[in-house]
Amino acid sequence: MSRLELRALRSRLAGPFDLTLEAGGILTITGPSGAGKSVFLRMVADLDPSEGDVLLDGVSRRTVTGPAWRSRVVYAAAEPGWWDERVGEHFRRAPVALAERLGLRPGLFDQLVRQCSTGERQRLALLRALELDPAVLLLDEPSAALDPGATAAVEALLRERCEAGMALLLVTHDRSQADRLGGSTMRLKGGLLLPV
Amino acid sequence: MTPILLDPADLALAGTLLVADGVLSVILGLGIHRRLAIAGARMVVQLLGVGLVLRFVFAASSPALTLGVVAVMALVAAREIGARPSSRLAGFGNYAVAATAVAVSTGLTAALALATAIRPQPLWDPRYAVPLAGIILGSVLNAGSLGLDTVLRGAVQQRAGIEARLALGVPYATAMRPLLREAVRLGLLPIVNQMTAAGVITLPGIMTGQILAGLDPMQAVKYQILVMFLLAGSSGAAAVIAASLAIRRLTDERQRLRLDHLDSRAD
Repeated sequence: MSRLELRALRSRLAGPFDLTLEAGGILTITGPSGAGKSVFLRMVADLDPSEGDVLLDGVSRRTVTGPAWRSRVVYAAAEPGWWDERVGEHFRRAPVALAERLGLRPGLFDQLVRQCSTGERQRLALLRALELDPAVLLLDEPSAALDPGATAAVEALLRERCEAGMALLLVTHDRSQADRLGGSTMRLKGGLLLPV
Repeated sequence: MTPILLDPADLALAGTLLVADGVLSVILGLGIHRRLAIAGARMVVQLLGVGLVLRFVFAASSPALTLGVVAVMALVAAREIGARPSSRLAGFGNYAVAATAVAVSTGLTAALALATAIRPQPLWDPRYAVPLAGIILGSVLNAGSLGLDTVLRGAVQQRAGIEARLALGVPYATAMRPLLREAVRLGLLPIVNQMTAAGVITLPGIMTGQILAGLDPMQAVKYQILVMFLLAGSSGAAAVIAASLAIRRLTDERQRLRLDHLDSRAD
């Protein structure tokens, strides 16, 4: 049984998508901006209406509520949103050790979101998503604003989580990221997934 | 003490003040004299009209007619609440939300006041029911439109933050709670200001009217206090109902944020 399975997932904008991803599997999807990469991830996360079905460990998402699905299949947007002025309010408990691994100062959690740089926010949003210990992580351009050092740290952390069983579905316009992460690669063109 | 009655000559004399405004507009080139004249004439016609209607309704003293007049006033208020926000819920949703908020908040507070504090004989005596409904509708209009507008505006502006929480598995109601709080808080602000200013900065309308009509000031004050409490209650109810109904219309069975349930209006 696969961790994640898409069955004819489609909307007015994109699809149909059929794919399977095993536990610990990594699938990187590349494609130019505007190819519908974010649209695709939002459909999998059930943030936008779609037809077809998505299954987690063999169980259709129709059998669970939207929030229950999204707390297991977690989407992190390319431009993360914030619902409080303070960084710390977005976490149950500040993941200081993990933050340091990603090159973030521990004091960051006491700061205001608007004082953080774009790169800091992107890493904070990743930590916020990982805090849920998701079964599937949907990542939208996770290193768009990061320098090579921070990108390497993020990729190492992601590989580690995948070794522990998390499945990763990642979209990026950076082809080399796909090579570094391992796993399989597809490209999105005209609202369809194609082999590379 | 009987009230001092006004005759048309008194009004005509006071009307010269409006003419003075018009002269001012001509001399200073304000270009507003035409609008002054129209607004003045409109005010006179509207008020005379409502006076005639009320005289007729009071004389008839029929529950159906009283209810009918109140219903028309409530519909006008609901239309106004629905029309004010710059974005609209699809399928005339703004008006459905506004009508529910107006009907429930006005109905409950007016019924409470008539059944307990005022207790006219009969209960539907239009001399009490119509003015009471009118004054409550005024504050319901303010609070309801602030509540609705805050939610519709906030859902668009705070979309990224709301969807970030939804994407982390937070229930829709929790993700929208800050917006609900803000909407109700804003809806309650006018009545807080009104109560703060009452008697010190302003002499509220009901009290002034009753004093002019010859009522003892302390009696008039008691009426005014009652009315303020009614307005506070109806404002809170109108804001919370309008805001929560609007929030409910912005989602679906999967607890997504559905901004496509808003018609974008080309301004």
